[in-house]
Amino acid sequence: MLRLFLPRDAAALALGAEDVARAITAEAARRGVEVTLVRTGSRGMIWLEPLLEVERDGIRQGFGPVTPADIPALFEAGFDDHPSALGPVEDIPFLARQTRLTFARCGVTDPFDLDAYRAHGGLAGLDRARAMTPAEIVQEVTDSGLRGRGGAGFPTGVKWRTVLEARGPRKYIVCNADEGDSGSFADRMLMEGDPFALIEGMAIAARAVGADRGYVYIRSEYPHAIAAMERAAGIARAAGLLGAAARGSGAAFDIEIRVGAGAYVCGEETSLLNSIEGRRGEVRAKPPLPAHKGLFGRPTAVNNVLTLAAVPAILAQGAAAYARFGLGRSRGTIPIQIAGNARRAGLFETGFGLSLGEIVEEIAGGTASGRPVKAVQVGGPLGAYFPPALFDTPFGYEEFDGAGGLIGHAGITVFDDTADMGALARFAFEFCAEESCGKCTPCRIGAVRGAEAVDRLCAGDTGALPLLGDLCETMRAASLCALGGFTPYPVESALRHFPEEFGLGRAAAE
Amino acid sequence: MDLPDDATARRAREIAGAHAGRDGALLPILHDLQAEFGHIPEAARPEIADAVNISAAELHGVISFYTDFRTAPAGRRSLRLCRAEACQAMGGAALWREVLAGLGLDEFGTTPDGRLTVEPVYCLGLCACAPAAMLDGEPLGRVTADRLSAALAGAAPC
Repeated sequence: MLRLFLPRDAAALALGAEDVARAITAEAARRGVEVTLVRTGSRGMIWLEPLLEVERDGIRQGFGPVTPADIPALFEAGFDDHPSALGPVEDIPFLARQTRLTFARCGVTDPFDLDAYRAHGGLAGLDRARAMTPAEIVQEVTDSGLRGRGGAGFPTGVKWRTVLEARGPRKYIVCNADEGDSGSFADRMLMEGDPFALIEGMAIAARAVGADRGYVYIRSEYPHAIAAMERAAGIARAAGLLGAAARGSGAAFDIEIRVGAGAYVCGEETSLLNSIEGRRGEVRAKPPLPAHKGLFGRPTAVNNVLTLAAVPAILAQGAAAYARFGLGRSRGTIPIQIAGNARRAGLFETGFGLSLGEIVEEIAGGTASGRPVKAVQVGGPLGAYFPPALFDTPFGYEEFDGAGGLIGHAGITVFDDTADMGALARFAFEFCAEESCGKCTPCRIGAVRGAEAVDRLCAGDTGALPLLGDLCETMRAASLCALGGFTPYPVESALRHFPEEFGLGRAAAE
Repeated sequence: MDLPDDATARRAREIAGAHAGRDGALLPILHDLQAEFGHIPEAARPEIADAVNISAAELHGVISFYTDFRTAPAGRRSLRLCRAEACQAMGGAALWREVLAGLGLDEFGTTPDGRLTVEPVYCLGLCACAPAAMLDGEPLGRVTADRLSAALAGAAPC
């Protein structure tokens, strides 16, 4: 019996995986060969998608990228010798070099096969958590050093302790799956490729803080992730992992999938809560913290997909095993997303501490266009542009802060030397203006005035420079949330590292 | 779907009723309405406001806040082209101009024959195969104007 594996991840579909699947079914029927085609998530090597795998002697051999036209020849060759052959998938350097804890099963198993999930280490964390008190679970997560993977980097254990200690008739776990940052796709890949990991993480979180309801707020731009989470939640419910008296533990916990409606700002936790409540996605002033007064005014733990999906491995293998990886105060692994103009674009999970240059030059292999790298934007639309001169910066929260940037959700967008840094700085303001919720003035007005100031500057009016500096200072200091507050990062970094593109000498931009 | 106002209102009441007792039901209701009607019909508004117990002004505030909710029907097919940074790094801005020019559109919107609505989107999570697009809900990676034309020439969904 021939066992084949082919991703159903949206990126694989975008590159023709469904046509390949149809070709396999047709060719197998034509030859009268019995084939089991397992649809998986993606391994994250997007430049090789559609990546077809065949299992031989317990080893997965890869072929990619494959097209429907390759399929007859692959059958003819017995899935052995073919120009697209990659050898054992796990020996491909890009994959072999990773430390996959959060993405251990992504691309390996059928995302909706709960038995496969368990056979590959799933549910061990929840089983262990069930034998622990809430305070012990919180301590374990605290000891692991896990910090918010959505970008803020706040210690997860501290947040959970606050919710655990808060009093309320009902508490909530809210998963922030509003992954709007360009250059980020790890949340999407995880939800499509290993949705039970997120569900298990939420169930552990619920036990830790005493919540009985959870919401997963997914952006509407991710229809495949929404469908995958709906389906996985149904399977988990039928298996007793979710629902009343979940799996004999006595504690009820269930989740509901909520769909966003095209507002980037809803990735900010308080506007996300307003959106679930059915309101405009406007930011709330803090305090009160969501941990004290969150969804429907009740204590709420809001965590990113990657944060929650890291928790099962932490509970299963212990805090020390997770904290062993990393650098300084950035412990554990980080799923780095390499995007844009990169030769090997995709997802690379590794312990914190690689230098930006190692990631961009060695792992990503430079640009897809073959031209020199001009800059990389790290952390999405609100992240700074880094020139190659800063490529020795180690990948860690404090280290990036020290270099005038942030790691955000760990998306790295690569630009070659044709990039127009003035246009990108202007775009940062335009995007902020487009997506501002309008609640605070620095963001709502500052973004519009900022785009005008960049235009003036690029037209040769250096008098706009002090104004731009003032605007950025006001937005940074006085915006209610990171949308207005961090828009200066891409703008000022572009200005600082590429002043000549704004018609300035280096001294003027300092 | 084109219905007389009273039928629209009745259907809106049914849709809202299916979410009765659900906390924060407004966005799910609006999504369901739009899935059925292709936009949020004017005649549905009083029913929805009533069902979730908010004023007409509050409802308008919510509908107008979110880009997804339409107040008028779109074209028969939908093309969403990503304009965010990762796609810009792979020529997304030029592709955007080329696609609009090819369709004879000055800016995003619906073609005069009502066949296609083109809209910008800020990230589809397909940043490792940029530039990306979504055509009638199907993801497309490494998009070129030629590939898009071919996809648009393909059979439209009913």
